[in-house]
Amino acid sequence: MTEQIIDRRPPVTKTGVLGWIRSNLLFPWYNALLTIFAGWAIFSAIKPFVQWAIINATITLDPTVAKEYSGAAWGFIRDMWPVFMVGIYPEEHRWRPAVALLIVLSLVMLTLVRKFRGTKWLYTLWGLSPIAVFLIIHGGFFTGLEVVDTHYWGGLMLTLILASVAMLFAFPISVLLALGRSSDMPVIKSFCVAYIELVRGVPLITILFMASVVLPLFLPTDMELDKVLRAMVGITMFFSAYLAENIRGGLQGLGKEQYEAADAIGMGYWQKTLLIVLPQALRIVIPPMVNNFIGILKDTSLVGIVGLVDLLQIAFATTSNPKWFGRLEEAYVFVALWYWILCYSLSRYSQHLEKKYASK
Amino acid sequence: MSQVHTATHLSDNSVIIEMDGVNKWYDQFHVLKDINLQVRQQEKVVICGPSGSGKSTLIRTLNRLEEHQEGNIIVDGTTLTNDTKNIEVIRREVGMVFQQFNLFPHLSILDNVTIGPVWVRKMPRKQAEEIAYTFLERVGIGEQANKFPGQLSGGQQQRVAIARALAMQPKIMLFDEPTSALDPEMIKEVLDVMRELADQGMTMICVTHEMGFAREVADTMVFMDRGQIVEYAPANEFFTNPREERCRAFLEQILNH
Repeated sequence: MTEQIIDRRPPVTKTGVLGWIRSNLLFPWYNALLTIFAGWAIFSAIKPFVQWAIINATITLDPTVAKEYSGAAWGFIRDMWPVFMVGIYPEEHRWRPAVALLIVLSLVMLTLVRKFRGTKWLYTLWGLSPIAVFLIIHGGFFTGLEVVDTHYWGGLMLTLILASVAMLFAFPISVLLALGRSSDMPVIKSFCVAYIELVRGVPLITILFMASVVLPLFLPTDMELDKVLRAMVGITMFFSAYLAENIRGGLQGLGKEQYEAADAIGMGYWQKTLLIVLPQALRIVIPPMVNNFIGILKDTSLVGIVGLVDLLQIAFATTSNPKWFGRLEEAYVFVALWYWILCYSLSRYSQHLEKKYASK
Repeated sequence: MSQVHTATHLSDNSVIIEMDGVNKWYDQFHVLKDINLQVRQQEKVVICGPSGSGKSTLIRTLNRLEEHQEGNIIVDGTTLTNDTKNIEVIRREVGMVFQQFNLFPHLSILDNVTIGPVWVRKMPRKQAEEIAYTFLERVGIGEQANKFPGQLSGGQQQRVAIARALAMQPKIMLFDEPTSALDPEMIKEVLDVMRELADQGMTMICVTHEMGFAREVADTMVFMDRGQIVEYAPANEFFTNPREERCRAFLEQILNH
């Protein structure tokens, strides 16, 4: 009879951190040499940045003192923090965007609590939140708050508002466009194809220009359309075309048999679409969709061209201020960091969604 | 004009499906040729024939998954036309089981079964769930109601698919090669469910190669070749004494492989 072999652990030198270092960094000899060379290259690339950003940097709020340091003057960011956040939003009203942010953050917190997830009241609160945020930031109507016109909106706040509005509206529009393009009805189909191909064939900058210059020509002369609103319409139009093509990909990725199974139990078009087709198609396209959302977020920086002062434009505005004149490096690093945080969070969220749905 | 195939030995039962001179083409290819077939209430019809003979296409025209270009199809008193509402009415009364199960992978087993009653039949969810559990129990999947299709074996998935169709409480069940995609050890569990269903008096039309099942359950056998009904006979006659040479050759092949 064969003796049973007892399980044992793999040899230490082949697995784990040590094994990895050994086989990838040190052996054979030329790997060790490459490790040393690469290490030196990375070090010399990072060193000047660390020296500038940390070692020789200062956080003083006094620009004349900051000039004595060869590194970054982070005091500039400290000093201009509120401007980066909300632009020229009036100082005495700055608490309002803060409250709006608090509302959204507390909704996020509530959503993180498993018990509340998927409950009707939480959906309702999320549904109402855009209106609440708008009322608080804009004021007026029945709120009793002083109106702060969109002309005063700026900074990170404007970037986030533009991006969220575009995502919120581009999504349903693009679903309809994708369904229309996949439909059998010739009029609807050709309209959707025409829209998608037309908008996709034009750069976003052009659309923004058109939204701010051409759009008013179609409206009655006495009707002046808000500049921020125009940018929102432009960005939404643009991205719904892109998003529609991604979603169409998901629709095509779904086998014919799913449609037939839904048909066979007598579902109508909308039941089939909403209950069977879209839930599956949208899961397939989470990665490209989030890719698009990240694109939206970054491309809102183009609104500077039509005179809006978003996060990136604040960098230009604050560095032309005589007090901190020319501190462009600090401003760019700071702005880049913000974009990166936002985009990376979106990306992580999409990975989370993918994992969540992959298990089913 | 070829003769109308109808089960004379079941002439007490009323006709529930009527195909009258049905022809169908895929582009230039003539898939169904002059089909004249009647199915009576509670009749079990098994359709067999070589692949590409039009058997699946035939039963798929019965709930309009495929359109026919000539002739009339009347199901449960309603003539199939392009009218979408009409088609949906018929589909509610005709359950279908597919070769590849076609469960909805994003829904739990329970939701797969309740989705039809709740959304199409507008049944209250609670009642739909009760019905779903009844049928899931009957096909032996009661315990797995909260799992997802991907977590079940092929045989289990096919049984859920049968429960999904039954939950709509149809008058007719269509089976399109329900065991062809299954591993041998799972075929029996699905056939058992179908046998039980037959015993309860469901009107059934099955496309299948399971001749043992057919011999046991079928009232009527239909043999198709190249889009035509070549042989139509009561099951006992069909198996003991097939008239057509093509049919005999086919049976020989399939029974002695």
